[in-house]
Amino acid sequence: MYDTSDIRKGLKVLMDGNPWTIIEFQFVKPGKGAAFTRTVFKNLLNGKTKEMNIRSGEKLEPANVDQREMQFLYKEAGDLVLMDQSNYEQVTVSAEMVGKAADLMKDNLPCTVLFFNERAIDVTLPTFIFLEVTASEPGVRGDTSGNVQKPATVETGAEVMVPLFIRIGDTIKIDTRTHEYVERVNKL
Amino acid sequence: MSARGRVLAVNGGIAIVRSERGEVHVAAQPGWRAGDLIDDLAVVRAYDAGDYPEPTTEVARMPRPRIEALHARAKALAALRAFFSAREFVEVETPLLVGSPGLEIHLDAVTAGGGYLITSPEYQMKRLLAGGFERIYQVCRCFRAGEEGPHHSSEFTMVEWYRAYADLDAIIKDTEALVHTVVRAVSGSSAVKIGGRSIDVTPPWPRMSVREAMRRWAGIELAGDESAAELVAKVRIAGVGVADDTAWDDAFFAAFLAKVEPAIAALEQPLILEDWPAPLAALAKRKPTDPLTALRFEAYVAGIELANAFGELTDPVEQRARFVDDQRIRRDRSREVYPIDEKLLAALAEGLPPSAGIALGFDRLVMLATGSDSIAQVLAFTAAEL
Repeated sequence: MYDTSDIRKGLKVLMDGNPWTIIEFQFVKPGKGAAFTRTVFKNLLNGKTKEMNIRSGEKLEPANVDQREMQFLYKEAGDLVLMDQSNYEQVTVSAEMVGKAADLMKDNLPCTVLFFNERAIDVTLPTFIFLEVTASEPGVRGDTSGNVQKPATVETGAEVMVPLFIRIGDTIKIDTRTHEYVERVNKL
Repeated sequence: MSARGRVLAVNGGIAIVRSERGEVHVAAQPGWRAGDLIDDLAVVRAYDAGDYPEPTTEVARMPRPRIEALHARAKALAALRAFFSAREFVEVETPLLVGSPGLEIHLDAVTAGGGYLITSPEYQMKRLLAGGFERIYQVCRCFRAGEEGPHHSSEFTMVEWYRAYADLDAIIKDTEALVHTVVRAVSGSSAVKIGGRSIDVTPPWPRMSVREAMRRWAGIELAGDESAAELVAKVRIAGVGVADDTAWDDAFFAAFLAKVEPAIAALEQPLILEDWPAPLAALAKRKPTDPLTALRFEAYVAGIELANAFGELTDPVEQRARFVDDQRIRRDRSREVYPIDEKLLAALAEGLPPSAGIALGFDRLVMLATGSDSIAQVLAFTAAEL
């Protein structure tokens, strides 16, 4: 069991049968009052958050949650298939778990998969991914005022808005959290 | 005049130097004199104050805002000592290592050398009052186990002062003037600038009773003699969740922290929150005209609880009863039970004049004066950095 002195960001606990992770916490002590830790938990299954005050002496139950580094293999009818390279174990998860970033995933992409009671409940992609542009209209000359962007298709088939100077064959860095272009990457 | 420090840039015979105190000097090569004209000087790079690069070497790793905060701290301390000296307070130093660290039910002491480090210097300072001192103050380290947070450090600096033959009103005036003096000495302005807000600390500050604050912001009518169960019911009606067996003080603070403190934090002015209900009297005397109310106030600025003051309890019989009660509560809650300070009770029995006193968090005062939102920003080193 954990107590208030174990509370830290990323601690995984079990409450009401659900796995939660601590995303924020703050020690609070009113003058002449009892101390507690104001703690924000995120439900690892549905992403909902809740705030609770954990008083000194109260206990938190550890959740049977573990993280494994896995490699993305392929998509299959709305599902993603990943493999643990240490034991070649495969796991299939719904692409919805990754959200919009699913269309940025290319073969062999290293991902972090979160398991709760041996069941995969979340997949985290690397924050940045590097993909080649396979199709994009040339930028129109003179149309350069402000932050003008144009659509581009990358090697996985995903469409991303990019600046006008990006050309077919360029490699671009994309933020998987926002699905947005970050910068052009010079090829070595 | 010469400048010692780190060279930021050099061109020809001119060097831009950052001194150990963080000031930027322009140093010229020997032979050059102020007023000499130099033609055709190519600037390598010009730095604005505050824009020049952070030092990168091992010894200078302390971040610049921290260096500035420590200078501010020293200024605050000098201003504070001048303030008390001008008001003819005697600065005292009482022991930090004691046998009885105080029985306050929500404080845990740090053990050391067969005894404890003080959680506050109040017992020994009250003995000095009983011994005839009329105006005393102390700036000292206090230690409270397990308290680490944006406004808490387990080792911190307390400013505590007492006035014999005075009431809480005199202490309120001291507090307002002290905070104003220190903020001005450090920042050059009467306003605390914190979290994008500007809060003027010029005295006098608005005052409000705890009952009024609970009524206004939590919708709770606080009697002061209701049972814990009755208070739990009131707190729930106000929309704050508390368990059935919650103690009176815990139920109070659940509502206070959920409803009242955020409202105080949003105020554009400081606040003296006074007339605390009797169950939260701690070492305060009850009002002679209203035994359900204790002579106690807290000072808030920008949501920071800066100080707590008491019209001191001088009755040794009631003081012993409260200590015994505190010991019982500590035992019930499985907290270490500290011994009663018999010397303090003996001093009260011999006669403590009517007195008022206050404990003010010096680190928090420096936070306000420097606009810092975390105590770590105003400490030379935090516990985690040792």
